[in-house]
Amino acid sequence: MLILTCPYCGIDADETDLAPGGEAHVTRHGADASDDDFEAYLFHKRNPRGVHFERWRHVYGCGKWFHAARDTMTLEVFGTYPAQTLVPPKTLQTKIKKKRPDWKGFKK
Amino acid sequence: MSEAVSALNGAEFNGAVRISEAGLLGMITLRGDLEDAKLAAAVKAAVGLAMPAKRGVRDGKKGSVAWMSPDELLLMLPYAGADQTVARLDKSLEGVHHLAVNVSDARAVFHLEGRGLREVIAKGSPADLSSMGLPVGEVRRTRLGQVAVAFWLSDEDHLTLICFRSVGAHVFAWLKNAAAEGTLPEFLG
Ligand SMILES: [Zn+2]
Repeated sequence: MLILTCPYCGIDADETDLAPGGEAHVTRHGADASDDDFEAYLFHKRNPRGVHFERWRHVYGCGKWFHAARDTMTLEVFGTYPAQTLVPPKTLQTKIKKKRPDWKGFKK
Repeated sequence: MSEAVSALNGAEFNGAVRISEAGLLGMITLRGDLEDAKLAAAVKAAVGLAMPAKRGVRDGKKGSVAWMSPDELLLMLPYAGADQTVARLDKSLEGVHHLAVNVSDARAVFHLEGRGLREVIAKGSPADLSSMGLPVGEVRRTRLGQVAVAFWLSDEDHLTLICFRSVGAHVFAWLKNAAAEGTLPEFLG
């Protein structure tokens, strides 16, 4: 069972209080994008074994969307952070790198 | 005007704890920037209370106010005054980005009373119902069974629970089942 701390209301929310929102920091290519970009946006989602960044919504709680960084293998949660950012916070990236030296780093 | 009736018209149950549907209660959802002094002043004028802390509930003579999210409050006051209070809120918040809606008829409210309240709720909610996880005077929005609820303790023996009116009967049945005599594990204080 996954427990994520909502950065907005501060509650340690159980997975069943949350709604998953898929991969985080996806560039939303619009109608004027190239076919390749649009296809990548729609279909080519990352699904790594290991460090992953996701969107979650505290749907039964305060209702806010936020981001979470976790390990998909161990379910270790590295941290959660607000939705108003295009990249994971530097401090979080540093923390992950320390815990997972093999991690190649965040790529858009 | 038709005669207003609450979701379960004050239904009651006596089991391991006492459960009663609260009857008519005025409830107003107020959304906006909770840091804005104008919003705080409007809340003060409406229910006579200062802005609650994050996840906090305040009770007063004129009503109550609960922190529902970083940009949402629930004001509680006598049923008859809700529409007038919404009008006053809208007037005093003119030009301030906000939303005030009378949701009195869209919610069901229950009062739970007695020892073991925490355990009744814990049977169906993933929220931490220990006294550390849910201190007295703190709102928790979570689920009970499969429906969204909000609840808080005003002291260890009194809990208020709010849900959508459409699931009011379901929640009452759920609570009655969870509060059947002799079914509490007596683990949480
Ligand atoms: Zn939250």
